[in-house]
Amino acid sequence: MHRTKVRVVEDALDANNTIASANRSDFDRSNVTVVNLMSAPGAGKTTLLERSLEGLAEEGLRVGVLEGDVQGSFDADRLSVLHIPVVQLNTDNGFGGECHLDANMVRSALPAVPLDDMDVLIVENVGNLVCPAEFRIGEDARIMVCSVTEGEDKPLKYPLMFRACELVVINKIDLLEHLDFDVDRLEANILQVNHHAKVIRVSAKTGEGVEEFRAWLQALPSRPAAAAHEHDHHDHEHDDHADHEHAPA
Amino acid sequence: MHEFDLSSAIVQTVNKHADGRKVTHITLQVGRLRQVVKDTLLFYLAIVGRDTPCEGATLEIIDVPAVLVCNNCQNEWEIEIPAFICGTCGPGAVEVKTGEEFMVESIEVEDEEDAACTAPR
Repeated sequence: MHRTKVRVVEDALDANNTIASANRSDFDRSNVTVVNLMSAPGAGKTTLLERSLEGLAEEGLRVGVLEGDVQGSFDADRLSVLHIPVVQLNTDNGFGGECHLDANMVRSALPAVPLDDMDVLIVENVGNLVCPAEFRIGEDARIMVCSVTEGEDKPLKYPLMFRACELVVINKIDLLEHLDFDVDRLEANILQVNHHAKVIRVSAKTGEGVEEFRAWLQALPSRPAAAAHEHDHHDHEHDDHADHEHAPA
Repeated sequence: MHEFDLSSAIVQTVNKHADGRKVTHITLQVGRLRQVVKDTLLFYLAIVGRDTPCEGATLEIIDVPAVLVCNNCQNEWEIEIPAFICGTCGPGAVEVKTGEEFMVESIEVEDEEDAACTAPR
């Protein structure tokens, strides 16, 4: 039987990245900066949002939240008191897996998200330290929340996740006095894996450090700037050099 | 645990390039930094590939080492543990050179005409 070898040389996640680009076009149109918020289950993503988003609109930053969960609307219900747009996205009827959001799931939820009513969309991913790091959803920045009950060595065990993030929030620092936990060692491990990460220590419970997190959100580049930056790196469609490369010899 | 979705991504990519032909072999480049468990990937690939042109295909995984480069001193080295720091210059100018690949390099497909010729008469 004759067999033919076919050269492919294609990133297996290209299909996801193509849909992520389509999401980006939608974010561009509405001038929305998008943040992918990730953590292990129970690190405090929702509590951080509860604590930090209130009143941001009055300070000039309109934030909306897309809540990814395997099932239920517990998190979206908790955020409803903030009077900001919150949309629930369940992954149990999703595309392939349940343990993370991918570009296609986010795409399917976008018609329900009032993008024109917000400057920043925070996509709260499913709690998981592995899979969410693999799948881009069209975001501009990635935040990871890790808590002081998780162990100082987590960055070394999950480098894929810690390397993917621009900001790492160390949460639950109010518990430090009760724990044998070396928060400086955690921060050193984070920086060993991702030297470029910004690290903020917070207690979403007491509010310590939350102001710094709000300031980080407020300092996010607005969408047109973020989009222009992204085009510099990835969009070669309108690039003169690329045109020359494809021109017939 | 991400191997299930990675398997789906492989099957999707392979089937696109197979263009309806039966796939007998897949060669995949996997960087060490992707944290992929090979046995788990093989297990899921057999499930996800069922009833698609990928069914029964063998998978060859080419391990790509995690190699870092320091853009300050141009030093290159391979890492076995996740420490992204140059011994001379610190972490500031360190970049990943290889190790983040997750790429379908090639596939082997059965040529349809030949397959027809070898069919029992």
